[in-house]
Amino acid sequence: MLHEHAKIMALINQTGEIEGRKKLQKIVYIAKKMDFPFYEKYQFHMYGPYSEELTLRVEEMCELEFVTEVKEQQTGYQHYRYELSDKGREFLSVMAEGFPEETEILQEMNGYSIRFLELVSTVLYFEELSREEVTAKVSNWKAKLNYTQEDVDKAYAYIGRLRNNTFAVLNRV
Amino acid sequence: MRRPDGELEEEKVFKDPVHRYIHVRDELIWDLIGTKEFQRLRRIRQLGTTYVTFHGAEHTRFNHSLGVYEIMRRMVENLEKKGKWDADERLVCLASALLHDVGHGPFSHSFEKIFHMDHEKWTREIILGDTEINSVLRRMDDDFPLKVADVIAKTYDNKLLVSLISSQIDADRMDYLLRDAFYTGVSYGQFDMERILRVMRADEDQAVFKHSGMHAVEDYIMSRYQMYWQVYFHPVTRSAEVILSKILHRAKELLAQDYAFKLTPHHFLSMFNGKVTLRDYLKMDESVILFYFQEWEEEEDSILKDLCSRFMHRHLFKYVECDPSKQMVIWQELRDLYQKIGLDPDYYLVIDSSSDLPYDFYRAGEKDERVPIHLLMPDGKLRELSRESDLVESISGKKRTDHKLYYPKDLLMDQTEFPEEKQRIMALLVNQEG
Repeated sequence: MLHEHAKIMALINQTGEIEGRKKLQKIVYIAKKMDFPFYEKYQFHMYGPYSEELTLRVEEMCELEFVTEVKEQQTGYQHYRYELSDKGREFLSVMAEGFPEETEILQEMNGYSIRFLELVSTVLYFEELSREEVTAKVSNWKAKLNYTQEDVDKAYAYIGRLRNNTFAVLNRV
Repeated sequence: MRRPDGELEEEKVFKDPVHRYIHVRDELIWDLIGTKEFQRLRRIRQLGTTYVTFHGAEHTRFNHSLGVYEIMRRMVENLEKKGKWDADERLVCLASALLHDVGHGPFSHSFEKIFHMDHEKWTREIILGDTEINSVLRRMDDDFPLKVADVIAKTYDNKLLVSLISSQIDADRMDYLLRDAFYTGVSYGQFDMERILRVMRADEDQAVFKHSGMHAVEDYIMSRYQMYWQVYFHPVTRSAEVILSKILHRAKELLAQDYAFKLTPHHFLSMFNGKVTLRDYLKMDESVILFYFQEWEEEEDSILKDLCSRFMHRHLFKYVECDPSKQMVIWQELRDLYQKIGLDPDYYLVIDSSSDLPYDFYRAGEKDERVPIHLLMPDGKLRELSRESDLVESISGKKRTDHKLYYPKDLLMDQTEFPEEKQRIMALLVNQEG
């Protein structure tokens, strides 16, 4: 029952509090690209990969009180924070979710800024292109975020490190 | 005979019940429509299993694709008149609109979920691969197919163009809402598209709408909202979808167990082993699927046989409203009871949630989460729709979630065997409803 929801709950449980819907979107996308067992469908939007399916699942989990959503008003927009509730923990303990055991990978990912995770997820989205083409896409689609070449290099380095670490973790499961 | 400007000698028209006429004057578009990959869309219904609920919903992705093309043609014509349009992009835009769904397979939602496939990936392969569509597109120039594929993938550098085909108010959604309302026969789903096109303006990165046209945009948002709950997420349609998914699961499982099918499911083999070629994919359409389902009604496997019979003859699962947070307490008991009476709960006890049919409700969202609909105010500034419209505001902040539990009521009501267990199951299910 609700296996895909349970995986997202397991992720939130491992990361602790997640600041912002956008951050949650990017973390799940990056984890999916690293072969964590997420099947939410993503499409490219102005602000990078986005999944409506994930948005709906999070709404459902909030409504079921499995996940706590705290809203804050910020310069004309709502801002959201997410945390697993006790009821959510109880659900996780009952439903086997087939999610990799706790690792530092997701916690570390959650420690990065949303600006950096947006860049990482965009690089991953275009990863079949050459590095030059990816840099061109980033400067066109993310012009307002003023990413530098150094930022792009850091994103590539992080992705490389992440791949090595997740490979080891997922093969342990 | 070809004209050097790429226009047909004479404009062609298709009669269309939604837009009255679909006008084609470009040879490129006419030839794309004639390709076998585009003609395949005639054999894929736009609304999948919705025809079991609304018998008129027999329209196909072919009709819809032509409709999206026609709306895009009108949008481009309007924007050209207003002078904010790069004329070189016209054909990229029209071809993208026409081909945006060309990678859809039969009953896409179920197939994509079970086989972890993505129709957008197939759209790209059809446009860039060894296909008739690719040959026609390459007549423009070698880069043309890639431009079209990038527009559809929403990664093309011209963001305005991308937003016309894919944004919160775009040619795709406008056509499917009007078309689906027409063919299902429902009275909601109507909005004034002509008015929306008239008040559409080109901003730097997206199409925006003059404030004076706000009420037409409100109608469009309401139409999306109502069509979702009344048509797309109709519980009977979802029941058919649940059974369809379970048939695919069962067939996949049987094949993995080396079950000897009376008729080898050749068309499914590559899907089941995860090595689907473009050629295999293009052979799949609804007639192929329904042929196998009919054949599988004669199989020895009782689950596959029963599920196929249910799907083909509309003996669907019944449902109760369900609250998974309460359900988790009795879930194991229900599963144990099912096992006791010889019903496999993996196939006959199914929770279906609103997120199983992702549909983008309008929300303003968090900052930079996704691009909202913007109104162009009289002072030239842009303002997000729900901040101006009380109507949109009232529905955009609401949670809209739904979970239903599907089960074979007919088998549980037949109490010739295991009457006590079956009564207990029904009691647990009915308590869910309350």
